[in-house]
Amino acid sequence: MNDQLVIGKHSFKSRFILGSGKFSLEIMKAVVENGGAEIITLALRRANLGGEENILDHIPKNVTLLPNTSGARTAAEAVRIARLGREIHCGNFVKVEVIRDSKYLMPDNYETIKATEILAKDGFVVLPYMYPDLNVARSLVDAGAAAVMPLASPIGSNRGLSTKDFIQILVDEIDLPIIVDAGIGRPSQACEAMEMGVDAVMCNTAVATAKNIPLMAKAFGQAIEAGRNAYLAGLGRILNDAAEASSPLTGFLED
Amino acid sequence: MMTRKRTNPMEYREGMEIIDSDMMEKILEMLGNYDYQKYTDEDVKLALLKEHLSIDDFGAILSPAAMPYLENMAKKAVSETRNHFGNGVSLFTPLYISNYCENHCIYCGFNCKNKIRRGKLSVEEMEIELKAIAKTGLKEILILTGESRHQSGVSYIGEAVKLAGKYFSTIGIEIYPLNSDEYAYLHECGADFVSVYQETYNINKYEQVHLSGSKRVFPYRFYSQERALLGGMRGVSFGSLLGLDDFRKDAFAAGLHAFLIQQKYPHAEIGFSTPRLRPFINNADNNPNDVHEKQLLQVMLAYRLFMPYAGITISTRERAGFRDNVIGMVATKISGGVSVGIGGHNLEEKGDEQFEISDPRSVSEVHQMIITKGLQPVYSDYIRV
Repeated sequence: MNDQLVIGKHSFKSRFILGSGKFSLEIMKAVVENGGAEIITLALRRANLGGEENILDHIPKNVTLLPNTSGARTAAEAVRIARLGREIHCGNFVKVEVIRDSKYLMPDNYETIKATEILAKDGFVVLPYMYPDLNVARSLVDAGAAAVMPLASPIGSNRGLSTKDFIQILVDEIDLPIIVDAGIGRPSQACEAMEMGVDAVMCNTAVATAKNIPLMAKAFGQAIEAGRNAYLAGLGRILNDAAEASSPLTGFLED
Repeated sequence: MMTRKRTNPMEYREGMEIIDSDMMEKILEMLGNYDYQKYTDEDVKLALLKEHLSIDDFGAILSPAAMPYLENMAKKAVSETRNHFGNGVSLFTPLYISNYCENHCIYCGFNCKNKIRRGKLSVEEMEIELKAIAKTGLKEILILTGESRHQSGVSYIGEAVKLAGKYFSTIGIEIYPLNSDEYAYLHECGADFVSVYQETYNINKYEQVHLSGSKRVFPYRFYSQERALLGGMRGVSFGSLLGLDDFRKDAFAAGLHAFLIQQKYPHAEIGFSTPRLRPFINNADNNPNDVHEKQLLQVMLAYRLFMPYAGITISTRERAGFRDNVIGMVATKISGGVSVGIGGHNLEEKGDEQFEISDPRSVSEVHQMIITKGLQPVYSDYIRV
């Protein structure tokens, strides 16, 4: 089966996007390999080129970097951070994060749309992190986003799919990959998101706070794959809302 | 002996900016109503069950009733710290550029009546020191001065900040309170984070220990963080000098102060420091001013649980054994290679120290310790844009 995640012109076999920056850099390689992740996010603010504990030195070379603009409070700042990332050879992918709230770390959808538009025109493959709102997602499509990354719950909360119904709307209506980002606390939740038809799941805290981090990465990789297969297989009727009627409801129709 | 007439600590002096805010009144009122003796075991247990603590819960876990629950608080704190900061611990060092001071604060080694060796770094000397610090690999620096507008004026501090920008990506300042346009100037020079500690929120005590100098003006100091944010700074830090007065009340007030600032300026990054005056005599009497390690940890834990997203810096005044155990649990930032004299990183010290440090370890020693604890040393966590 050739089931691939396509973002812009790029294809990936794995649908697990791994967050970095919350666990020790020395285990990075093991975590990536165990999870089978092909895309890894990193905060550009953690890059310390030529310096001590530079996160970029620890990311395996065969993995696609998805630098994020964390720390940006406005579209203009996100754009500048993204361009800095390109200057230090982090590639053309960028996850736009614009946050003006130090307590809940909720994304600012309005500024995110503006940054997405500028960066997409500038040739970036833009993956905006957003609060799942259909109108905003449509604007992001128009702005040139390559995927949309709705949050499942507040960052770091491990609360799972609190915004499930709204993410489902995005899955149904938006013709771009939907990547659930933030709030996924356990592999079963990642699996559930994939069953819904989400295209990929990003995980950071849930992996980083596990006792055995590489093993948890593996569990997430497997859960995401299982959820994807379940989605492709089509969930059985037992889970369907409408019960099977004993006699056909449409039997009265003439040929 | 002639008694000098002391000025009113609630009156602004000429040139001090007054901003439109009622936060001080709010906090002083809440502080007046804070009676930590009223809390019981049950209040503490209930607070610890909650995911988000209310102000009253914060009051409970800061109370004496919470002392038997430090272990429970610590466990909860570890998971909050992990969720919000992962296993990263940021490294930085302070650079004291001048110890001239025009304040008479009776508890401080730098105070103007103390006959200590005064000194300040010239621009050339600053650069020598900054280079020496940068060689240790650090990317974050905190620039400090004593409180003297004559000897270490805003433009002098600005020069230090500009120079620091050549070597460091994150620059904080811990200097005397400024007007918002002056904060804006230093922000333009390259500083993004401002620490101002109120020392005590008890006005009567504040008046007794700040005998003269601009620092005597309580409200001007109180509104420093707001003026800094209005001047464009990204983050502000809070703290009380624990032990100067009733430490529970002062810790409570500093927590509220930070909480209300975050509510009013949601983008602001919030930080805490928890400097303490050590108990002078090792007596077992229940002096509300005594802050032993247990009490200090209680304060740090209470901040972590009340505001899990706030950064907490562990002071170099504390011994290595204490510092090593609070990182990852509550503290998110630790200094290394500290010199609290004027100069001392490469140059010979030009001025005396503000206080004695208890942890003389170098940056690489602190780095190693962080690794040994299974945590990740973080040098860079900020991009200036």
